[in-house]
Amino acid sequence: MIRIENLSKDYGDVKAVQSISFSLNDGEIVGFLGANGAGKSTTLKMITGYLTPTSGNVYVENQNIVDHCIDIQKQIGYLPELNPLYTEMKVHEYLKFHAEIRNIEGSDFNEALKRVVRECGLQGVVHRTVGNCSKGYKQRIGLAAAMIHDPKILILDEPVTGLDPNQIVEIRSLIKKLGKQKLVLMSSHILQEIQATVDRIIIIDQGKIVADGTSEELIADSKGITKLTLEIITGDENDIKNMEATIPSIKVLNIDKQKNSIFINIEYQNTSDPRKDIFAYAIEKEWIITEMSFSKRNLEDLFRNLTLQKGETANA
Amino acid sequence: MHNIMTIFKKELKAFFSSPMAYIFLVVFALINGYFFNIQFFLINESDMRVLFGIIPIVYLFFIPAVSMGLISREKGIGTIEIISTLPILERDIVIGKYLAGFTLILIGLLATLIHYINLIYVGSDIDHGAIFTGYIGLALLGGVYTSIGLFSSSLTENQVIAFIIGIAIVLIFFMMDKLLFFFPASMTGVIQYLSTDFHLSNMSRGVLDTRNIIYFGSIIGFFLTLTTRVLESRKWS
Repeated sequence: MIRIENLSKDYGDVKAVQSISFSLNDGEIVGFLGANGAGKSTTLKMITGYLTPTSGNVYVENQNIVDHCIDIQKQIGYLPELNPLYTEMKVHEYLKFHAEIRNIEGSDFNEALKRVVRECGLQGVVHRTVGNCSKGYKQRIGLAAAMIHDPKILILDEPVTGLDPNQIVEIRSLIKKLGKQKLVLMSSHILQEIQATVDRIIIIDQGKIVADGTSEELIADSKGITKLTLEIITGDENDIKNMEATIPSIKVLNIDKQKNSIFINIEYQNTSDPRKDIFAYAIEKEWIITEMSFSKRNLEDLFRNLTLQKGETANA
Repeated sequence: MHNIMTIFKKELKAFFSSPMAYIFLVVFALINGYFFNIQFFLINESDMRVLFGIIPIVYLFFIPAVSMGLISREKGIGTIEIISTLPILERDIVIGKYLAGFTLILIGLLATLIHYINLIYVGSDIDHGAIFTGYIGLALLGGVYTSIGLFSSSLTENQVIAFIIGIAIVLIFFMMDKLLFFFPASMTGVIQYLSTDFHLSNMSRGVLDTRNIIYFGSIIGFFLTLTTRVLESRKWS
C-alpha cells in the first residue's frame, strides 16, 4: 500500500506538485493522467526516491521515503519515462545487473530470469544486445528489469509511449495481468490508454489532483449526463425529430447525415436508461440500426474541462 | 561491498565491450614506450626516472579521457534514473565506478613494466627499491587523477565538458608547485604541500613516507566524497 500525504515539489519558483494526497491499495491498477508538464513524472520520481519532496511524504507500508529510501526502493519496480537502458549490454546481462543489486543470485536468478522472460515475452532476444532490439522489445526489457525481484509495487512512467498499436495491446495486457497480484501505478497523457488498462484514474493538472475514481464514476460525476451515438441507415427526418416526444427522457443533440448513414447524437440523465425505448422506437419506424454506442468522447470532455478550466483561471 | 562489486564489474565490462579500453591501453603504451626509449639509450643510466617523468604528463590527458564518461554518460542517456532508484547508496555507485576507472589505469601502468624488464636485461646497479616506490607513487597519482575525472564527470551530462573540466582540475594540481613564485612567501609551503608533484618526486627517489600516502589518500577521499554529494544533490534539484 502506498499513502501519499500533502506531497509537494518546487523547482525553484515553479511549483511542480502542490500538496497532493491519495492512497493506493494492493492489487489495484491506477492510472495517473495529466497533460504534459502536469506533475506526473515528478510525483512518480518522488515515490521512487529519485527526488526528495519539498514537503509532505510518501509512505509505503508505514515507512516513509525520506528516512527509509533504500528499504522502499527494494519493494518497488520502476520503469522511468523514455525507458533508459544500458544499450551496450546483452539482455540477460542487463537483467543480471538488476538482479545482483537486488541480491538475487545463482539459482534464484535463473528462476527470476525464466519468469520475467516468460511474462514479458523476451524468449527470442535474451542473448541479443539491448541496443539492437526493437522499441517494443526495449520496453519489455525495461519492464522485465523492473519486475526481476517480483516487487509488490510497479511504477510505470508512460509505458506505452512510442509503441505501435500491436505492441501497445501487448504491453496493456501484460500490465493488466500484473495488476492482479501487484499494485501498478502507471502514468500517461493518453486518455484512451488509461481508460483501457486501469481500474482507477487519478487526474492531475498543474500539480494538483482534480479527479480521482473509476472511469464510470468520473464520467457520471462530471455532469450526470450520458451521451449516446446512434447510427442508422434508413430513417425519415421527421421520425427522428419526433423521437424526443415519444421518449421524454432523451434529448436529440444533433443529426448528422452522411452519404450512407445518419448519426444521431443523444444525451440523457444517468438516472434513466432509455436504450430499450430507443431500440423499440427504431423497430416501430423500421430503421436499420448499425451502431448504438456510448460516446467515447465523454472522458475526453471531462479531461479537457478539468485541465482547461484550471488553465483559464490561472491565466485570469 | 556487494553493490560496489556489482557496479565495478558493470563498468569494467562496459570499458572492454567498447574500443575505449583497448585504444587507451595501446596508445598509452606506445606514447610512454616511445618517449622513454628515445632517451633511455642516450642517457645511458640504469634507472627509470625518465619514464616516471613522462607518465604524469600522459596521465594529464589520458585519465580525464578514461573517466569522462563514467557518470556523465549515465546522465546523458538517462540511466542515472535507473541506477538512482535501485536500492543502492550513491556512495557505492561512486566507489564502484571509481575502482573500475582506477583498474584500467593500473592495467595501463602495469604494461609499462616491460621497460623495467628491459632494464634488468641491459642495465647494471639498478635501484629496485626506487623503481618500486616510483610505481607506487604513479599508481597513487593515477588514483588521484581518476577521482578528479570522476568528479568532473558527475558535474555534467556532456562527456566533452567533463573531459575539459577534468583536465583543468588535474592541471591545477600538476602545475601548483611550478607556479610558486606567483604566491606570497607565507603561502608557498601550503601550496607546495598540495601539489601532486611534490609528493610524487619523493616517491620516485625511493622514499616511501606515510605523509605522501596520506596526502594521496585524502585527495582521493575528498573528490569521491564531493562526487557522492553531487549525485545526491539531484534529489533536491
